[in-house]
Amino acid sequence: MNAVAARVRAVPTLLRIGFSEAVAYRAELLVWILSSTMPLIMLALWTAVARDAPVGRFGQRDFTAYFLATFIVRQVTGAWVSWEMNWEVRQGTIAARLLRPMPPMVAYAAETLAAIPMRLVIALPVAGIALAITGGRVLPHDPRMWASFAVSLAGAWGIAFLASFGVGCLAFYFESSIKVMDLYLVLFFVLSGYLFPMELLPATFREIADWLPFRYQIGLPVEILTSAVAPREAAVLIARQWGFVAVLFGIAVGLWRGGLRRFAAYGG
Amino acid sequence: MIAVRDLRKHYRVHKRPPGLLAAAKSVLRRRYDTVRAVDGVSFEIRAGERVGFLGPNGAGKTTTLKVLAGLLHPTAGEVRVDGHEPRRREASYLRKIMLVTGQKQQLLWDLPPAETFELNRAIYDVPRDGFDATIRELDALLDLGDLVHRPTRQLSLGERMKCELAAALVHRPRVLFLDEPTIGLDVTMQAAIRDFIRRYNERTGATVLLTSHDMDDVAALCPRVVVIDVGRLSYDGPLDELVVRLRPEKRVTLHFDRDVSPSELEPFGTVVSSEPLAAVLQVPLASLNPVVAGALARLPVRDLTVENAPLEEVMSELFARSRAARAAEGEAAATGPEAGS
Repeated sequence: MNAVAARVRAVPTLLRIGFSEAVAYRAELLVWILSSTMPLIMLALWTAVARDAPVGRFGQRDFTAYFLATFIVRQVTGAWVSWEMNWEVRQGTIAARLLRPMPPMVAYAAETLAAIPMRLVIALPVAGIALAITGGRVLPHDPRMWASFAVSLAGAWGIAFLASFGVGCLAFYFESSIKVMDLYLVLFFVLSGYLFPMELLPATFREIADWLPFRYQIGLPVEILTSAVAPREAAVLIARQWGFVAVLFGIAVGLWRGGLRRFAAYGG
Repeated sequence: MIAVRDLRKHYRVHKRPPGLLAAAKSVLRRRYDTVRAVDGVSFEIRAGERVGFLGPNGAGKTTTLKVLAGLLHPTAGEVRVDGHEPRRREASYLRKIMLVTGQKQQLLWDLPPAETFELNRAIYDVPRDGFDATIRELDALLDLGDLVHRPTRQLSLGERMKCELAAALVHRPRVLFLDEPTIGLDVTMQAAIRDFIRRYNERTGATVLLTSHDMDDVAALCPRVVVIDVGRLSYDGPLDELVVRLRPEKRVTLHFDRDVSPSELEPFGTVVSSEPLAAVLQVPLASLNPVVAGALARLPVRDLTVENAPLEEVMSELFARSRAARAAEGEAAATGPEAGS
C-alpha cells in the first residue's frame, strides 16, 4: 500500500518533468505537430468534393466541423511510446527504468500525457476556429454528451497509448518490431475515421471497423463532439471502446511481462 | 549483505556463418550456441565492504552485476542481496540498490541533471528535507556547482559522470554496483570519482561492488578483489595477498647521479629496464634488504623506491594461469575417455 501511495505521489513530478522534456526542443515539437496536420489536408480535400453537393449527409460545414474535431482529438490522443521503447530496448537504456521502483508503463504514460498541454496550445486555437466557422451548430447541447465526449477521449487516449506500448514491447521479441507500428498506422489511417468519416465507408467495412479498436481511437470522440451519434448509441459505443481498452491493457501487460522475462533471460 | 552461490547465466546465441546462402538457410533453420557467461560463481560480501570485481573482457563481470541488480534472471544458482532475491525486482529492493554504468546513463538528456535528481526524489519518495541535505552533501563531495543547472547534453563526459553518480545516490542506496565508473575519464576526473566513492562508502557504510579495467581504480578503492575469468572464479581475497602470491618479487626503482651500465646492475637482481641514469630491478622479497643495502653502497644512487609489481601485470599473470589450468582441464577431459576405452 505504501509503495502504491509513493507511486501516486510521484505522478505530478513525472508529469512536470515530462512536460519539460516535451518542450525542450521547440523546433522539433513544432515539426512534429505539423506532421499530424493530415486532418487539415483532408478538410481541404473533402470540402472541395462537397462544394457542389453533399457527400452522404456531409456538406462543406459538416466536413469542416468533422476534420477540425479530428485534428483536436488526434492532438490530444497522440502516443509515440513504441518508438521510444524500441530505441531503449535496443540500446539497453531501458535498464535505467527497470532499476527504478516505478512501473515503466506508468512512467511512459506520464511522459505521453505530459506532452498534451503543449499540443493544446495548437489544438485550442483550432477549436476556436472551428467554433467560429460552424457557429457551434454541431456541438452537443446535452451536458451528458459532453461527459460522454470526455470519457470517449480518455478511452481513445487509452487505446492509442496501449497499442503503442504493446508494439513497443515487441522490441523485446524481435528487432524489426517497429515495422508492426507501421502496419498498425496503415490500418489506423483507413479504419479510424482519420482520413474520412466512418459513415462514408461501405456497410460491410463499417461493420468490420466496429469490431476493431481503430474507430474508437478517433471516430467515436469526433462523432460525439459533432453530434453524429445519439446518447444511447454513444453509451453502447463507449462501452465497446472501454472493452478494447481493457483487452489492449491485458495484451500490453502480457507482452511486457513476457518481454521482460526474455530480456532478463538474454540480457540487454 | 550479498551472497552468491553457484551462479550460472547461460545465453542461447544465434549462430550464422557469413554469406547470402547462410543468410537464406538461417531463415529456415536456425542454429544456436550456448554461451556460458557465468558458470558457477560463488562469493559473499559483508555490509560496508568495497570489493573489486575483476576479469578480462567477456569474463562475466557485467552479467553478474546485472543479475545482482535484478536486470537478468540467473539460469541457475542462488543470489541474495540484503535478504532479497534480485530477480523479483521488489520495490523495497530497488530502493536499496543502484547500478551505475560508465557507458549508459540515467540522466535525462535534454534537461539539466537537477531535473533527474528531482525525478528520482519523487520516484524514490525521498522527503524534501532529506533530499536537500543529500544534494548539499553530494554537491560538496563532487563539486557539482552550476553543472546541475546546465542541460545534460552540454556537459563533458566527466561532468556527466559526476552528475550520474549524484543522481544514483539521491535515495542513499545501501548497495552500490559500479560498472566501469571511470571509463573514458581523464586522470584528474578519475581521481575525483575514486575519492568520492571511497568517501561515500566511509560516510554511509554502503556496500560497493565495482568492476573496472583500470587497476588504479581497484588499487585505490578495493581492499578485496573477486576475480572471474570465462565465467568462473579465479581468486577471492585481499588484493595485497594476490599480489604477493603471484608476484612475490619487489620492484626496485633506482635513479643515479652518473651513467650505470646494465652489467653493473645484474648482480643485484633481474633488470626489468635500464637507462643510463635510471633502472628498474626485480628482486625476490627474501633478498630485498641485502640488495638495497648493496645498491646504496656500490652504486651512485640518488633516489630509490621499492614497490610491488604493477597490478596490470599481476592480473595478466592470474588470467594466464587460470586459462592454462582450464586448458589442462579440457585436455584431461578430452583424453580421459580414450584412456579408459
